Amino acid sequence: MSAVSYGMVVDTRTCVACAACVIACKTENDVAEGFSRDWIFTATSGSFPNLAMEIRSERCNHCEDAPCVSVCPTGASHYGPGGTVQVTESKCTGCKACIAACPYDARFIDPRTGAIDKCTFCVHRVENGTPTTACQEVCPTKSIYFGDLNDPESEVSRVLRVREAYALLPDAGTRPKHFFLK
Amino acid sequence: MQETTSTRVNALIDPSMHIWHYEVPVYLFLGGLVAGLMVIAGLWTLRDPDRPRSRALQLLPWAAPVLISVGMLFLWLDLENPFNAFRFYFTFELTSPMSWGSWILLGVYPASILLAWVSTPTDLRDRWLARLERVPGLGRLDAWVSAHVPLLATLNILLGAALGIYTGVLLGTMAARPLWNSAILGPLFLVSGLSTGAAFMMLYRLERREKELLSRVDMGLISVELLLLALWMIGLAAGGAASRAGLHTIMGGPYTAAFWTLVVALGLLTPLVGEWIEHRHSAVPARLTAVLVLVGGLALRWIIVYAGQHSGWVSDLASR
Amino acid sequence: MKRRQFIRVGGYGAAGAAVAGGLTTDWYGRYGNPTADPGTDGDRVVPSFCELCFWKCGILAHVKDGRVTKIKGNPKDPLSNGHLCPRGAGGTGLLYDPDRLKKPMIRRDVRGSQVFEDVSWDDALGVVAENFERIKAEHGAAALALFSHGYGGSWMKHLVKAHGSPNIAAPSYAQCRGPREVGFDLTFGAGVGSPENTDIRNARCLVLIGSHLGENMHNTQVQDFADAIRNEADIITVDPRYSVAASKSRWWLPIKPGTDTALLLAWMNVIIGEELYDRDYIERYAYGFEQLAEHVKAFTPEWAYPRTGIEPDVIRRTARAMGAARPATLVHPGRHVTWYGDDTQRSRAIALLNALLGSWGRKGGFFVPSQIQLPPYEYPGYLKPDAQAADRPAPSDYPLGDQVLAQGVCDAAITGVRGDSAIKAWMVYGSNLPTTLPDPENTYKAIQELDFLVTVDVLPAEIVGWSDVVLPEATYLERCDELYNPWWREPYVAVRQEVVPPMYDSKPGWWMARELGKRIGLPEFFPWKDSIEYAKTRLEAAGLDCEVMKEQGVIRGKPGPLYFEEGAVPEFYTDSGKIELYSPKLAALGFDPMPTYDHSKLEEPPEGYYRLLFGRAPVHTFGRTTNNRLLSEVYRENEVWVNRDVARRWGLEDGERVYLQNQDGKRSSFSAPVKVTGRIRPDAVYVVHGYGRRAPKLRFVHGKGIDDNELITRYKVDPIMGGTGMNVNFVTFLRAADVVEDEPAVDEPVVVAEEVVA
Ligand SMILES: Nc1nc2c(c(=O)[nH]1)N[C@H]1C(S)=C(S)[C@@H](COP(=O)(O)OP(=O)(O)OC[C@H]3O[C@@H](n4cnc5c(=O)[nH]c(N)nc54)[C@H](O)[C@@H]3O)O[C@H]1N2
Ligand SMILES: Nc1nc2c(c(=O)[nH]1)N[C@H]1C(S)=C(S)[C@@H](COP(=O)(O)OP(=O)(O)OC[C@H]3O[C@@H](n4cnc5c(=O)[nH]c(N)nc54)[C@H](O)[C@@H]3O)O[C@H]1N2
Ligand code: SF4
Ligand code: SF4
Ligand code: SF4
Ligand code: SF4
Ligand code: SF4
Ligand SMILES: [Mo]
Repeated sequence: MSAVSYGMVVDTRTCVACAACVIACKTENDVAEGFSRDWIFTATSGSFPNLAMEIRSERCNHCEDAPCVSVCPTGASHYGPGGTVQVTESKCTGCKACIAACPYDARFIDPRTGAIDKCTFCVHRVENGTPTTACQEVCPTKSIYFGDLNDPESEVSRVLRVREAYALLPDAGTRPKHFFLK
Repeated sequence: MQETTSTRVNALIDPSMHIWHYEVPVYLFLGGLVAGLMVIAGLWTLRDPDRPRSRALQLLPWAAPVLISVGMLFLWLDLENPFNAFRFYFTFELTSPMSWGSWILLGVYPASILLAWVSTPTDLRDRWLARLERVPGLGRLDAWVSAHVPLLATLNILLGAALGIYTGVLLGTMAARPLWNSAILGPLFLVSGLSTGAAFMMLYRLERREKELLSRVDMGLISVELLLLALWMIGLAAGGAASRAGLHTIMGGPYTAAFWTLVVALGLLTPLVGEWIEHRHSAVPARLTAVLVLVGGLALRWIIVYAGQHSGWVSDLASR
Repeated sequence: MKRRQFIRVGGYGAAGAAVAGGLTTDWYGRYGNPTADPGTDGDRVVPSFCELCFWKCGILAHVKDGRVTKIKGNPKDPLSNGHLCPRGAGGTGLLYDPDRLKKPMIRRDVRGSQVFEDVSWDDALGVVAENFERIKAEHGAAALALFSHGYGGSWMKHLVKAHGSPNIAAPSYAQCRGPREVGFDLTFGAGVGSPENTDIRNARCLVLIGSHLGENMHNTQVQDFADAIRNEADIITVDPRYSVAASKSRWWLPIKPGTDTALLLAWMNVIIGEELYDRDYIERYAYGFEQLAEHVKAFTPEWAYPRTGIEPDVIRRTARAMGAARPATLVHPGRHVTWYGDDTQRSRAIALLNALLGSWGRKGGFFVPSQIQLPPYEYPGYLKPDAQAADRPAPSDYPLGDQVLAQGVCDAAITGVRGDSAIKAWMVYGSNLPTTLPDPENTYKAIQELDFLVTVDVLPAEIVGWSDVVLPEATYLERCDELYNPWWREPYVAVRQEVVPPMYDSKPGWWMARELGKRIGLPEFFPWKDSIEYAKTRLEAAGLDCEVMKEQGVIRGKPGPLYFEEGAVPEFYTDSGKIELYSPKLAALGFDPMPTYDHSKLEEPPEGYYRLLFGRAPVHTFGRTTNNRLLSEVYRENEVWVNRDVARRWGLEDGERVYLQNQDGKRSSFSAPVKVTGRIRPDAVYVVHGYGRRAPKLRFVHGKGIDDNELITRYKVDPIMGGTGMNVNFVTFLRAADVVEDEPAVDEPVVVAEEVVA
């Protein structure tokens, strides 16, 4: 349990669905026009005037048991730094098996390359001295936390200790490393 | 009431996944058919090593390498990055059915070609040998395979079965697509492949007794296929909400009519009844039933591939 | 590793290139999985401030190989604190918008025909100067009006003042926050200004009256709002719509539109009645408490209930929550408050409520802002204008309107509205009047009567299509502007710097203003070489280090005491020197000295009609960003929010397209999809402002969605200050399928004879 395990936590209570995280990700990562690695999901329940709304900024969950990795026939999808799930573009055939395998629909084909693209947890930043992801850095409500889940002193560990959290589709058995604070 | 919104509009993913188009079901169909051809050819060879058969039956094994090539062309056409296809052969990924598949395909070629070679009528084979005289080692190879026909036949049966099963396992391991996520899909696709293989053979000018045998086998296969289909659907119905939602795509959802008419009625029940009637009246099985089986086999894969993409967990995400 | 970007032609067309691409990238595959770097870090990082809206957040622009790759928040900037809203992060979408204005243009056909000829700057400025001088000679300097919005407008204001015209208007006054400033000024002797001195982050109870923070993305306010949520402040949101802010609130009060003053009065009734107010504060600082206490006696929660639809019990409990948290209770003053024509009085009521809670000058209420002393540039004094502003029928109208009313200046161009129409020429800087001023037909009418119209813009907006001369401005990333020196939590000065040189043939505003100034004989008002020299002169006069400014983008000063309890001086610049709960000034002018509420004045929607409400989408600023392809990836078109029960009655499906038609038979130019939702009252519909764009050369957004402004054919003018209450229109649905498409969907000619840009 000592190896670094990057994880992300989004506070649904403060997130206002502004999508700054989506725009910042697009420019930071040169994401293809018409595609996004992260997105804003809202669910409103109840009926007028008794309503509740939940807002989530979502992206690849960097699952510990990632079906996208296990189905990949070429090794393009793999576990990278800090247990993140990464794709090596030059190995990707665009067979799309991993898209079908991901229960979160987090992946897409970059039309410029024919290869898979998805959230990288900004490893190009966090592995090279910038400790934040682009979506986290921009967020005006500071609703995104990122860090080492195995380090009890990290911010992610701390918020997960003090706040109730959930992950998406626990039943899918993928062991996501992306959590949402209630 | 639940109202949901998402800002995501990624092509091929939203509003519902549609990554695989006609290429994949066509490939799966041809792969299954080839699997059927290989298994049947292998079994027949083992059963009847002295080849007292119709000329068509002796030539039919050649269909396997030809059709698998066509199938692989479709598979290649589906790749978004087709020129990276060589990457399949720079690694073996234990957990990836597709990786297994690509290596199986690599074995399918020599096995099916060699079996086709030894099945080829002797007069033809001699003529070809004479013409290819200058190819080094061919004579030795011919001698070797002729001496190892049972081994080759067994290899064809094994590789054919692997090919047939893998096309189903490929989809069946996709836990993310509840309609596919079933251990039955492997056997189902194998049996369906065998059945389409038999039907394909019946399109040719075989001897009456050969056709009758194939038709009897096919009746059995169709019955098993119906049983497996039922088991598959019962499994889905007994699964969680996502499985039931997946099942809904063919039970009330958008693919219901196509599934029940093309696959069940036209592709399975009609040929089953047809073959049974032919059998009862000792008539020569007609090509029409064979065509229906083939159409049904294609439709089965087509609909499962399309409907499965419509099924997902994501709809569940709203209701937490 | 650089991203390989070969283009796949129909999948396989570029086979050669693809094979090369595929095979040359480590094809042998023996390497591991190196971390790919998208390579968007700049080789230069330039600090500046944003202009995607008017909040002016500090940014850091990354430039690589001459291209702006990404824009981040400047952590040193006290407004952005290193974070940005989506619009600020999407500024490159404006810089690289292919529809940008690229060359100066002169109109070559009737107004609105969109037939232009590209000309040189010399020719374009020559025509502008000639017209300015001719009109001044024939009608006086005041016959030229300037509409200006956005920070670059400072140069044009300077030019027009030097020219001698008082007719300088901004729609951010009479169409936006004017009533609030007047209402607060009447009460506390000061407005809340921009950025507002609201201490949201420290509030323990936050009351939002329509302020839809989270959709209204003024960055710092949203940052502070999140802090308030984290601090578990008691949040009370009053909005006919379940806004994002409402979803974060403990209390959502889905008020009947237009009745907020009744609610505010009832709150005051409870707060005074149950003695929840800050007695000490009121005694020390306020004037007129007895009158107010007497005044609100009648306005019980039971009185308010049938008017507002908010139950008495809820009114009482929310009032108690406010009382319990005081003085850290902030009743947010709002910003776009021109709703119903009684807006100054509603803003007054908000101010009074804050006064009762003792929140002005207190932690968690309104902090006391400070500013760096930055001497102005030394110019010769402006001459006294040769006429009064032409913005109101009589000089005594709207007596407390202390800025020029944009709609009034518009009217003044129409014959018969102000005698022999006073205004003959407009200069429009960064304001898209046809989508901004209510009743666009009226605006078009005024434009048709003008002798001359010159527009300075960055995009081919509606107003551009009606102009005689179009001057393409360099975007905020391509120019320097006036220094920014706001009153804020801590004093600071920020600089806007040229991140990349202007693209195409666009020019910065300061250059245009100076060149025009020279041509119309005002060189002494433009003595500086460029805006950098101008800024340096001012910075040096203030003793600030220009190099530090250039490197950091901001220089922060020492914060003063923020709250009375920390030593800030309680000063109220009212006539009485106190917080005026009772306003002798209003009384003297014949207005209610304390806010009242007259329910009989509230119009009800006719049968089958719904009140048209509008607001913001977080990723867009009005229409100024809706052609921004990057931002539009998240929000492409507005929807018509329709209550679920209403939709059921009409048989409207979610996503079905409708046109809206208002009470005067005005139909929207385009249709929009219906959003069937529980998130809005049944008596109202809602659209995001900034869509239904008619300008044909905004190729991306043209024809998408519905323009609320077109349907605002009526408005109610605030008698106190002249703001235009625009929430007073009612609309009904026309199914898109039933609308005959051969009627022209565009109310301006769309003859596109030539492309705007060559
Ligand atoms: N119907 C309706 N009317 C409204 C409102 C509403 O919600 N609904 N809101 C009101 C409010 S709150 C306000 S503040 C006003 C705002 O109204 P406006 O001030 O008109 O604001 P925008 O619509 O943003 O128009 C800005 C124009 O500036 C141009 N522009 C953008 N950047 C630059 C630049 O750097 N330089 C120059 N020269 N031009 C630039 C844009 O292309 C656009 O044409 O509208 C008011 N009117
Ligand atoms: N993303 C984004 N942010 C912006 C802007 C932008 O264009 N885009 N513009 C900026 C500008 S210039 C301004 S002025 C501000 C404006 O932003 P605000 O001042 O926050 O909002 P308004 O436009 O006044 O109000 C819109 C809200 O008021 C509600 N509302 C409508 N009628 C009533 C009513 O009768 N009573 C009550 N209680 N609520 C009502 C609507 O449902 C909606 O939620 O936003 C600023 N922030
Ligand atoms: S930037 Fe922050 S507040 Fe905005 S949507 Fe993303 S997570 Fe939510
Ligand atoms: S969210 Fe999807 S793409 Fe990401 S790791 Fe999990 S399965 Fe793979
Ligand atoms: S598309 Fe690429 S990453 Fe995905 S499974 Fe196929 S080869 Fe692997
Ligand atoms: S972590 Fe990086 S790649 Fe992932 S969504 Fe955020 S910005 Fe995009
Ligand atoms: S609030 Fe957003 S758009 Fe406005 S100045 Fe700040 S970053 Fe720019
Ligand atoms: Mo505004």
